[in-house]
Amino acid sequence: MSNSTEVAIVGIGMHQFGRTDGVSGMDQGVVAVRRAVADAGVKWEDMQFAFGGSQSSGAADTMVSKLGLTGLQFINVANGCATGGSALFSAYSSIRSGLSDIGMAIGFDKHERGAFRVETKGMDWYGSSGLALTTQFFGMKINRYMHQYGITNQSLARVSAKAFRNGSMNPMAWRQKPLSEEEVLASPMLSYPLTQYMFCNPAEGGVALVLCRGDLAHKYTDRPVFLKAAVVKSRRFGSFEVLAPSIALEHNAGPTVDASKAAFEMAGIGPKDIDLAQLQDTEAGAEIMHMAENGFCEHGEQEAMLAAGETEIGGRLPVNTDGGCLANGEPIGASGLRQVYENVLQLRGDAGARQVPNNPKTAYTHVYGAPGISGVTILSR
Amino acid sequence: MPTRVSVAEGVLEETADGPRLKGSRCIDCGTFAFPAQKSCQRCSGTNIEPTLLADKGKLWTFTIQGFPPKSPPYRGNADLATFVPFGVGYVELPGEVKVETRLTESDPAKLHIGMEMGMVLETIGVDADGNDLVTFAFAPTGN
Repeated sequence: MSNSTEVAIVGIGMHQFGRTDGVSGMDQGVVAVRRAVADAGVKWEDMQFAFGGSQSSGAADTMVSKLGLTGLQFINVANGCATGGSALFSAYSSIRSGLSDIGMAIGFDKHERGAFRVETKGMDWYGSSGLALTTQFFGMKINRYMHQYGITNQSLARVSAKAFRNGSMNPMAWRQKPLSEEEVLASPMLSYPLTQYMFCNPAEGGVALVLCRGDLAHKYTDRPVFLKAAVVKSRRFGSFEVLAPSIALEHNAGPTVDASKAAFEMAGIGPKDIDLAQLQDTEAGAEIMHMAENGFCEHGEQEAMLAAGETEIGGRLPVNTDGGCLANGEPIGASGLRQVYENVLQLRGDAGARQVPNNPKTAYTHVYGAPGISGVTILSR
Repeated sequence: MPTRVSVAEGVLEETADGPRLKGSRCIDCGTFAFPAQKSCQRCSGTNIEPTLLADKGKLWTFTIQGFPPKSPPYRGNADLATFVPFGVGYVELPGEVKVETRLTESDPAKLHIGMEMGMVLETIGVDADGNDLVTFAFAPTGN
C-alpha cells in the first residue's frame, strides 16, 4: 500500500467513563469530539465526514447542532457493541478509497443501571420466560470453555483483579479502586460461574478520533499512529452467540476468529508481532476466551499465561491496559473506540502510570457483540 | 381455581405425550431450527417444514440466573425479596439442534455437562388475575 492511501489517527478525545449525572450521552460525545479536534490541532469545520453511533443516546448526527452546522457528511452507525468498530471501519474506508482526506469516528452512550434490557419484539416468549439476558450467554460460554480446556475460577479472578489494578492507573476509568482476587471470588454469584466483580456494567462515556490520509498526517502531529487494519465480521452458521434461542449442531469458531484472521492478513503481520491488545472483556471469561480466539494463544494456555502474569502491563502481551470494560464499564457506542484511544496513547508513549514499557510499536483491539459480530483493528506507529 | 397461562405462546405445543417445542426443518439440507424459521440459516433455502422437536437431550452447557431479570420483559417473579435463582442451559437434541431453556435444577453442583435431560412445563410466576404463568424447561431425568 502506498503511503498516500494509508490511514492515520492524528487526534483522540474522550469524555470520562462511568457515571456523569446531569450530562447526556450526546453531550459526552460532544466533549470527546472537541477534545479530539483540539488534539489534532484542527477545527470542527475542517472535518469532511463523521461516522458516529450510540445505542441509547439518540441519533449521533444530531450532535452537529451542538458542534456547528458545517455541512459535513455525518452518517449514523448502529452495530451493537461493534458500533465504534463499525464507525472506525467506515472512516477508514472513506479515506482509503480516496473520497476524503480527513474526518472522524465518534461513539458515545449513557445506559440505565443494571443489566441490559433486551428488546425481544416478535419473540415475546423469549424474554417472558426469563431468557434473553446477555449475562446468561457469558456464564454459559465460559462454563463450557472451562469444562473443555481446564480453566479455573482463579483465572477468572486474576483477569478481574488485573482490570481493576490497571483501572486504578487510569484517570478516565470508572472504577479506579483495586480489588483483590479474593474480593472478586467472594462477590455475589450473578450468573454461575461468574460473580459480580467478574462482570462489567452498562455505563456512560464518549470517544472521538480524527483520522486522515497517511501522507497528510505530519501536518497535524509528529506522532501519527497508522490504522493497518479495520475489520468487522458477522457470524457464520454454527457459531455460539449471545441471545441465541438455539445453536446449530455443526460448529463454527465464530466471528472473532474470522475478524482476527482477516485483520492480520490485511496488516501483513501475525499475533506474535503485537505488543499489546485490548480484548472485549464484558466479563472475565470473555477476555480469556478472546485471547485464544484472536490467535494470541492456544485454547487452555491462558491458565498458565495468567498465572505467570504474561498479560499484565510489563508482561509478554499486556491485555486491557486501561482496565478494559471491567474497569471502564460499557457505553455501547463508545466502547470499541475507547480501546483504540488507549492504543494510540500507548503507542504515543502517553499512557502515564500504565505505560507499556519498551516503546510498543503495534497494538490490537477487539470488540464482540450481539447478535454475533466482531470488530478488530491493528494499529502501528 | 387458577388457570394456567403459557408465556411461551407460539413455540410450545402441548401434545397427549407431553409438551414439545415447535421448530422447523429445511427440506433441502435437513437443518433444524428453533424457533421455526421461514428460511434456512445454513443454505438460505426457503423450502421449510414445521416440525416438533425432540423432548429429550443432553445438557450442553448451563448457568444459574442469580438475580431477577428485568421486568418487562420477564413475566416470572422478579421481586428481589422473593426471587429464587433458576438454571438456564442449552440442551442438545440429538440430530436436531441445541435449544436454550430454563432448567428446573438451580444447584450447579447437581448439574453437569453431558447429563440427560427431559422437557417439562414449569410455573414461573402468577399474573395479576392469579393465573399460573408457565413456560418450558428441562429437568434432569436421572439416567
